[in-house]
Amino acid sequence: MIPLSWYLIFAAALFCIGLFGVLSRKNAVAILMGVELMLNAVNVNLLAFWRYLTFENMAGQVFAVIVFAVAASEVAVGLALVISVYRRRQSIVADDINLLKY
Amino acid sequence: MSPLQLIFILVSAITLGAALMVVTTRNMVRAALWLVLTLFGVAILFVLLEAGFFAVAQVIIYIGAIAILMIFAIMLTRRIAHDPGPQINTTWPIAAVIALVVFGLIVFFVQGWEKTVSQPAPFPPGFDPLRELGVALVSANQYLIPFEIASILLLAALIGAIVIAWDKK
Amino acid sequence: MADPVTFIGQWLESIFAGWGLSSAWISVIMAALGVLVLSGSVLLVDILLVWVERKVVARFQDRLGPNRLGPFGLFQPIADVIKLLLKEDITPQGADKFVYNLAPILALATVIILWAVIPISVTVVGSTINVGALYIVAVGAIGTLAIIMAGWASNNKYALLGAFRMVAQMISYEVPMVIAILIPVILAKSMSLADIVASQSVWYIVLAPIAAVVFLIGAQAELGRAPFDLSEAESEIVAGFHIEYTGMKFGLFYAGELLHALTFGGLFATFFLGGWRGWGAETYPILGIGYFFIKAMFMYWVIMWIKYSFPRVRIDQMLNFCWKFLTPLILTVLSITAILDKLMSGVPYWIYVLVMLFSNLVILYFVYQAVGRYARKERQKVADPEKVQVNFRVRSSTPSQAS
Repeated sequence: MIPLSWYLIFAAALFCIGLFGVLSRKNAVAILMGVELMLNAVNVNLLAFWRYLTFENMAGQVFAVIVFAVAASEVAVGLALVISVYRRRQSIVADDINLLKY
Repeated sequence: MSPLQLIFILVSAITLGAALMVVTTRNMVRAALWLVLTLFGVAILFVLLEAGFFAVAQVIIYIGAIAILMIFAIMLTRRIAHDPGPQINTTWPIAAVIALVVFGLIVFFVQGWEKTVSQPAPFPPGFDPLRELGVALVSANQYLIPFEIASILLLAALIGAIVIAWDKK
Repeated sequence: MADPVTFIGQWLESIFAGWGLSSAWISVIMAALGVLVLSGSVLLVDILLVWVERKVVARFQDRLGPNRLGPFGLFQPIADVIKLLLKEDITPQGADKFVYNLAPILALATVIILWAVIPISVTVVGSTINVGALYIVAVGAIGTLAIIMAGWASNNKYALLGAFRMVAQMISYEVPMVIAILIPVILAKSMSLADIVASQSVWYIVLAPIAAVVFLIGAQAELGRAPFDLSEAESEIVAGFHIEYTGMKFGLFYAGELLHALTFGGLFATFFLGGWRGWGAETYPILGIGYFFIKAMFMYWVIMWIKYSFPRVRIDQMLNFCWKFLTPLILTVLSITAILDKLMSGVPYWIYVLVMLFSNLVILYFVYQAVGRYARKERQKVADPEKVQVNFRVRSSTPSQAS
C-alpha cells in the first residue's frame, strides 16, 4: 500500500511551501494563507502517524481536532486585525505597518 | 502499482502544485481559489488515511468557513484603482533557500528512520475510529479538558474578532 | 425482479471478473460506473423538474401552465433546453474567464454529489460513509463558494452585492439547519444516512417535529427561495449573482437550483419521513425506490408551496430571525432531546416516542407564549397614540384690549 514515508514527505513539502509563502509575501492575507498551509501539513502529519503507528490511542485524532479549532480561531482573529488595520492605514502590505519599528 | 498508490500520487501532485500557485500568484483572489483546491486535496488525503470525519471536517471548517472568510477579507481590503505592485519580497531567494534546506533535512531524517512502515495495520473488527474519537473527547479520564478549553478558545476568538472589527463610528 | 439495481451490478461484476481483472480494479470500475449512472439519472429527473415547477406554479397562480408542447406540456423542458443552447454566449469584459466559467459547473456539481449519500432503497445507496450527515453540510459549504465565485467573476458590483447577501444568508441559516440535522443523528445514534433510515420504525417527524420545521426553514433559506429570495429579488437587485450569465450557463444555475430543491426534499424525507421505508420495502427494494421518490416529490411540492405563498423578507429581518429566534430554539430542542435520550435509555420504544413528542409540544407552547408576548410589545409600540407636545403661552392680558 502507501508507505508512511510518502505521507511524511508530502507533509514536509506542503510545510515548506507554506514557510516560503510566509517569508516572502507582502500582503498580510497572503501571509495568513501560508500559515494555513503549514497547519494543514501538520494535520496530515498527525493523522498519518495516528493511522500507521498507534491507532488504538486517540491522542493523534484529538490533537488534530484541537489544531482545527486553533487554526479556525487564529484565522478569524487575524482577519479581523487585518480589516481593522486596513480601515486605519488603507494598506495591508506588511512593509507599511511599521510604526513599532525602532 | 495499486490504484491507491496511483490516487495518492495524483492527489499529492495536484495539491502541491496548487500550494505553489497559492504562494506565487499575484492576484489575491486567484490565490484564495488555489488555496481552496489545496485544502480539498488535503481532504482527499484524509480519506485515504481512513479518517473520514476529518475529511468532512476539513471541507466544512477550512473550505466552508476559513477560505470564504479569506475571500471576503481580500475583497474588502482591495483598492480598486491601485497598482498591486510586486507581491513578493525582495528577499525571496533567501526564503526559498530556507524552505529547501528545511525540506531536505526532514526528508533526510525520514529516510533514515527505521519505523516507516509500508502498510498500516488493519483495524480490529468492531473498532470504529469515529466512535472512539467521540468517547475520547468527552471522557473525564481522556481528553475532556482540552475539548472544553478549545471551546473557550473558540468563544474568546469569536468575541475578540467581533470587538476588533467593530466599526466605532 | 425485486431488486434490479443489485442484479445488474452483480452481473457486471461477474463479467469483469471473467475478463481477469483484479478485484481492486473491479471495485474502481464499478464505482466509476455507479457515479455515471447516479449522476445521469439525477440529471434526467432534473429535466422533469422543470416541467413540474412550471405546472405547479401555474396552478398556484390560477392558470394552466405549459400545455402546448406534447401531452400536458411534457416536452416543454426540451424546448427550454434547446432555447438555452442556442442563445448567444456573452462573457462580460474584464471578467475572470476561468472562474466565470467554473462557477456554474461547481454550483451544479455540488448538488449532484449530494445524491451520493442518500439511501434510495435498502440496497441502493451510493456510498455508505459513516459521516453522511456531516458530508451534506460540507457539500453545502462548497455551494456557497460557487456563489461567491460567480458574483466576483462577473465584474459587476450588483452581482457581487447579490453574492455577498446570498452567502451571508446561506451561512447564517446553515447553523440552525445543521443543528436540526443533529437531532435525528442523536435519535438514530449514527451519522450514516442509511442507519438513520433503517432505525426509523416510527418516522422522526413524530419524534422531533420542531427539528423538522426548523430544517425546512433552513432548507428554504439555503435554496434561496421565497420568502428568503432577496438575492434574486427582481425589483431590487435585478438577478443577483447570476446577472451576467446567459444561455446554458444560466441554465446550469437554474437546473442546479431546481435539483437542489428536490435534493432537500429527499433529505427531509430521509431524515424525518423514513426515507425508503414503507409497506414491503425491505423485501422488494424496488418498492423502496418508489416510496422514496413519492416522499421526495411531496416535500418538493411543500417547498414550492411555501415559495409561491409568501412575500419576501428584508435582510435584517431575515438575519434577526435566524440568530435571535431559530438558533436558540433549536439549541434548546437539541439539549432537551439529548438529555431525554440519555435518561430514557432502557425504556420501551413507545414510551420513548410519546415522551419525545410531548417534550416538543411543551417547548412549542413556551415558544408560542414568548413570541406572543414579543409580538404584543411590538404592536403596542406601533399602536400607542403619539403624545403631542402642546405649548400653552399664558397671556397676561385679554386679546381684545382695544374694545
